[in-house]
Amino acid sequence: MIWTTILMALREIRRNTMRSFLTGLGIVIGVAAVISMVNLGESATQTVTGDVAKMGNNMLTLVPGAQRRGPPGGESAPPFKIADADAIRKQIPQASQVAPASQTSSLAVYGNKNHTTSVQGTTLDFFAVRALTVEKGRLFTEAENQGGAPVCVIGHTVEADLFGRQTGVGESIRLGKVSCRVVGVIGSKGQSTFGTDQDDFVVMPLVSFQRRISGTTDISAIYVGAKTPAGSERVKSQLTGLMRERRRILVGQSDNFSVTDMKEFASSLTAITGALTALLGAIAAVSLLVGGIGIMNIMLVSVTERTREIGLRMAIGARSHEVLLQFLVEAVLLTTLGGVIGILLGLLGSWGGARALGMPFIFSPTILVVAVLFSASVGVTFGFFPARRAARLKPIDALRHE
Amino acid sequence: MSAPPLIELRDVSKVYGTGESEVRALDHTTLVIDEGEFVSVMGASGSGKSTCMNIIGCLDVPTSGGYHFRGVEIGKLSPDQHALFRRHYLGFVFQGFNLLARTTALENVELPLVYRRVGATERRTRARRALFDVGLGGREHHTPAELSGGQQQRVAIARAIVTEPSLLLADEPTGNLDSVKKDEIMSLLRKLNRDRGITVLMVTHEVEMTSYGTRTVVFRDGRVLTDDRLAPYRASPSVGPSP
Repeated sequence: MIWTTILMALREIRRNTMRSFLTGLGIVIGVAAVISMVNLGESATQTVTGDVAKMGNNMLTLVPGAQRRGPPGGESAPPFKIADADAIRKQIPQASQVAPASQTSSLAVYGNKNHTTSVQGTTLDFFAVRALTVEKGRLFTEAENQGGAPVCVIGHTVEADLFGRQTGVGESIRLGKVSCRVVGVIGSKGQSTFGTDQDDFVVMPLVSFQRRISGTTDISAIYVGAKTPAGSERVKSQLTGLMRERRRILVGQSDNFSVTDMKEFASSLTAITGALTALLGAIAAVSLLVGGIGIMNIMLVSVTERTREIGLRMAIGARSHEVLLQFLVEAVLLTTLGGVIGILLGLLGSWGGARALGMPFIFSPTILVVAVLFSASVGVTFGFFPARRAARLKPIDALRHE
Repeated sequence: MSAPPLIELRDVSKVYGTGESEVRALDHTTLVIDEGEFVSVMGASGSGKSTCMNIIGCLDVPTSGGYHFRGVEIGKLSPDQHALFRRHYLGFVFQGFNLLARTTALENVELPLVYRRVGATERRTRARRALFDVGLGGREHHTPAELSGGQQQRVAIARAIVTEPSLLLADEPTGNLDSVKKDEIMSLLRKLNRDRGITVLMVTHEVEMTSYGTRTVVFRDGRVLTDDRLAPYRASPSVGPSP
């Protein structure tokens, strides 16, 4: 019987092709909007998580100065020293890599080309913590690091800007007043989620940097790699304890340094994109609601138009729940068909959107099932009232309806 | 007679509204119809003939009195039970045909079988046969818009008889037709009554149409005024008798 009812409903939908199409369009647009929003949101989330992972897994960043909101300023905290990094290495076994780093912005010059970039002085651990790999040439050696050799490793963007299509390995570039030899180029990471170029940097040994460029022994950041992802929280608390001790912060006083856990950062970013996805999805769901009301409207019109038909069906023996079922099935079929078309459009839209935004396209089967079920339930919800109205007609009144 | 009559309305009243605006459409009416009869019901509008028909068709319930069908009281059944009764025992023909628009003749005729849960293949076969029986073989795939009024009424009759009902209720079946078509439809009804033994109850305004039946009942003010049993066979049905 249900199969016959479905066939009957399909025939009814086909009988009014244009109207059915326009009615279903509301659902099509609603579902397409929800699907593409949620899909794009998921793409964004995955992009962000991927980017954070690229920055270095299990990485903690230690910088002087309290973590605070608002504009920078106020009292300046004392910088770190090499001894701080050594202490971390000795006292926190869970910290597998410790890379003290100092940074400045400088003009890099090669021949008649120049490029302003950030110059980092750091140790070999830096590459491990930040998950940087050599693409061409090599990293600087421990000996070069210790000896303060004038060598550097450059990012992709710097190489492209200074050397064009040629390789920069083996060439000498000038950083400010200092000349240094390029020994390696780091593999490209592309743009980060925040729009910054992750390939625009020059790295040289810390000692070389301190002697030749900054002229101080200050450390502006210490990058710490935890042995395991799970260990990063413990390392963080140990780091905080150690630094409070070394910087002689009394109980009750607040830290004059801050530790950022990449994992926390990643999860807060995911939370933000998740919230955005939910918000966009909710806005799109409103259009689905409007589509549902459209269905209800047309079904009501249809019930009124087909009052005599309903009367006839009752006269030849249709019980009221059979009439109810017929109209309900019609509404559900209409919304489900609209939902399926909407899914296709939504997938197409999110695929195009992901491509345009340079994000990966994510196909999630769950959302498809949810969309189909949801559009069907829109049909049930908004089809029920008109269907009940049809079922409650008295056959004799319905037959007399003009 | 040992077998109970097909229809027995005993002291049936139907009252619409209450108090001042009370309308007594049927006033203690008694009517007995036997199997195989072809009853024409006449009367002015408001005489109660339509109400009587609706009660017999279980489209309406009596305010008081008893309605027995083959000896079984069915006047007080629930709406769903009435629907099932209609499904299994009755066929309806209306003045306005009431065919589904943009639906083929075959599908229209199949409709009552759908509610009887008859399988698709058997449905098709029986609907074809019913259409053939009313002289519409070859027109199965025409929609109502492509058929003349008389043909539409034939489709409606096919729809009514496809379930092989015990009782065919015809509410002014010729009201929308010209005189030639009237004759065709009435002859068809008489043929179904004679050849298949389907009991026919027809409401009509037109005196001429009563000549096709075997009995004429005239209503006035909610009561049966006259009840004439005509000779079972009439030599010249097209000649209208004067009452």
